[in-house]
Amino acid sequence: MENKRTCLYDRHVAQGALISPFGGFDMPIQYTDIKDEHNAVRTACGVFDVSHMGEVIVRGTDAERYVNHIFTNDVTNLPTGKILYGMMLYEDGGTVDDLLVYKMGKNDFFLVINAANIDKDWEWMQRQANGFNIDMHNMSDAYGQIAVQGPQAESVTEQVLGLPCAEMAFYTCKVITSSSDVIISRTGYTGEDGFEIYGSHDTIRTLWDKLMDSGRCKPCGLGCRDTLRFEVGLPLYGDELSAEISPLMAGLGIFCKLDKPEFIGREALLKQKSEGVTRKIVGIELTDKAIPRHGYAVLKEGEKIGEVTTGYHTISTDKSVCMALIDAKHAALGTPVEIQIRKKTFPGTVVKKRFYDKHYKK
Amino acid sequence: MAKVIEGLYYSESHEYVRVEDGFGYIGITDYAQHALGNVVYVDMPETDDEVTAGEEFGAVESVKAASDLNSPVSGTVTEINEALEDSPEMINQDAFANWIIKVEMSDTSELDNLMDAKAYEEFCKEQE
Repeated sequence: MENKRTCLYDRHVAQGALISPFGGFDMPIQYTDIKDEHNAVRTACGVFDVSHMGEVIVRGTDAERYVNHIFTNDVTNLPTGKILYGMMLYEDGGTVDDLLVYKMGKNDFFLVINAANIDKDWEWMQRQANGFNIDMHNMSDAYGQIAVQGPQAESVTEQVLGLPCAEMAFYTCKVITSSSDVIISRTGYTGEDGFEIYGSHDTIRTLWDKLMDSGRCKPCGLGCRDTLRFEVGLPLYGDELSAEISPLMAGLGIFCKLDKPEFIGREALLKQKSEGVTRKIVGIELTDKAIPRHGYAVLKEGEKIGEVTTGYHTISTDKSVCMALIDAKHAALGTPVEIQIRKKTFPGTVVKKRFYDKHYKK
Repeated sequence: MAKVIEGLYYSESHEYVRVEDGFGYIGITDYAQHALGNVVYVDMPETDDEVTAGEEFGAVESVKAASDLNSPVSGTVTEINEALEDSPEMINQDAFANWIIKVEMSDTSELDNLMDAKAYEEFCKEQE
């Protein structure tokens, strides 16, 4: 099947970006140098085309009850303009997707889902909608999205894009109406301060061009989006979350409100919580410079206890580290383990899966 | 445009052999280092290890991915370029000056199976 292209695709090609398939889209992986792009976000400002992300609108008198039914976090009486992170789960506790839920108004929610999961999520969400008085639309093809990220994101967004955002709190959103509407939120996937902006394809192209013309913002590919999110321990669906990996296994229990009366997967999570999970996502730091990659075996005294989910030689801290899904009985911090990298095994230690501290502003 | 040097032997998996005093110095080409991006680690064999033409002997890793190293010739590793352990980025700076392993070749006729500079340049163009 032919890959989709975002509304900014022609610009990426014109700028000489390296294009690769991701989540069913041909996406820019890097423009010039993954390290420079990574460091721009850590120290100044970078902009990502994240138009591949999916957007679903849920409206209607049962919208809140429906979102609470399919979502692990709790949107009960959530104030307009607030955003929550959480997951949609299968009955067995496996993860359908992780997502952001924006409260746009009374009975009005905006859900942001992963590109690779749009079709699967949309089909699943429709199947859960029986008995709810809601009006639901998959708007993924209509919206473009950019992420402006880094310590200078606030001033760039205000001064270059003319979008007032300095007063916005972390994980809040608002609609700005000018020549055309945008939804702006103080969110991101880099561990830095920043904003994500949604709008029509035309609007997003105009905003992108303004950022490029300003010279104050480096275009960044998905390559460094992954190194940035990894360093601060944020999960990627398909790596640290999947149909086989529940949020409790991934250490994301804080986003699962088990005190809610009901949501899909709640019973399975309660069982996992009382019995303890059998496998856990942990961090592992290697003593050597060899790089653990997705799928490599994690060993304990020669016996396989799990697999690497994401690994890098980190750009910000110059260490070979990974996240891995391993048997829970070996998951205690400080446990010595080994990782099989090609023909050799390398010693490592279980550590916290945050390899670099987040720098959120508000 | 990637640099190609006359007088070296080139493989389709983008390694080169420079023959000097009967030894083969094996590294990756300028084209390969461009394609890989920032090299952050080189996984090398040990001295006295045997390598076989066409078979993997290590890997070069960029931030995003690991890329296998295949030996263009067979023989015994007599030296590894230890400087790459601490400074793998030297491969990006000059891939031809910074060879990875030095091999005592067991069958120099294997060099005939490799490309010369002109053929390799053509080969790279076809890859574009």
